[in-house]
Amino acid sequence: MKRLLIVFAVVIVFVIGAALLSSHKAEWSGVDDSVVKKFAEQAGRPPSEPYINIAQGDMELFFFLLAGIVGGFTAGYYYRELFPPNQKLVGHSTNV
Amino acid sequence: MSYLPLTVVALLAVTILGITAEPVYAMHISEGILPMGWAVLWFLASLPFVVLGLRNLRIRSEKEPHFKAMVGLVGAGVFVISCMPIPVPIAGTCSHPCGTGLAAILIGPSISVVVSSVALLLQALFLAHGGLTTLGANIFSMGVAGSFAGYGIFVLCRRMGLSFIVAAFLAGVLSDWATYATTSFILTGALHADASFWKMFVTILLAFVPTQVPLGILEGFLSAGAYTFVHSRRPEYLGIFAKGGVA
Repeated sequence: MKRLLIVFAVVIVFVIGAALLSSHKAEWSGVDDSVVKKFAEQAGRPPSEPYINIAQGDMELFFFLLAGIVGGFTAGYYYRELFPPNQKLVGHSTNV
Repeated sequence: MSYLPLTVVALLAVTILGITAEPVYAMHISEGILPMGWAVLWFLASLPFVVLGLRNLRIRSEKEPHFKAMVGLVGAGVFVISCMPIPVPIAGTCSHPCGTGLAAILIGPSISVVVSSVALLLQALFLAHGGLTTLGANIFSMGVAGSFAGYGIFVLCRRMGLSFIVAAFLAGVLSDWATYATTSFILTGALHADASFWKMFVTILLAFVPTQVPLGILEGFLSAGAYTFVHSRRPEYLGIFAKGGVA
């Protein structure tokens, strides 16, 4: 419980810190824009449209959320296969 | 308490998604940036590592019953981590860790290349993250350079007698930095034209520094934490370096 509270505290500090900074001049662009794209454009080779363009309305959010769900579910499935909660199962079976 | 690591990951993911309203990308080289000749070259450079990884995956899957599940877990982790933008307050920008250093010390560097290739292909196809023509270059920087740098540092540290926590931390840090150094190298090679190669390389590399130095350190903590977790629960999943042995 103590460790969980520490984690919550760290996350809250992180959120507040990031929010305060974002109200100033930070743009939070990815380094692909601030570095990769910048140098590519200077060299006359700007990025082209992706073959499957998801940047239309909320499609981008949908695909990223879907990717997070699928990735998280897959990780969780294999996590339980590799690290099964044996102790709890043993405890339940002996009680029964 | 066993769910604490998952809780931490979930909280951070929600936090980050909440802060970054728009998807952002990082080391991925976008579609169309590399001329076709360079794109083909990096595909050819990555291909032997992918083939070696597939061969090792088949061999180890036959020998170790848990191995496919471990590859599945690590693969999902690399996929999520490498498309998760993390705000770096001191730079005011976002970037993502790669996860390949951790993957390399958990499942081996060549199989980590395979896992990265699958993650990068899915990201290029469905998330407009990277590109199909630049897939070879992205596999080389994140998969090959990140995995082998991380694994090499881990092995070196263990042979020097350092603890596995320190070794895993340094593997995470240096695999991240190696990935971005390689991206700088790839970009410079393709884009420098008549300008000085080394001058442009250093310029691009320095442009990554404010974001990637703190993010690399974060990736080091992530690697050390995850490796410690596996080591404490199921050390038999790890190689002999976890026990301080030498190959």
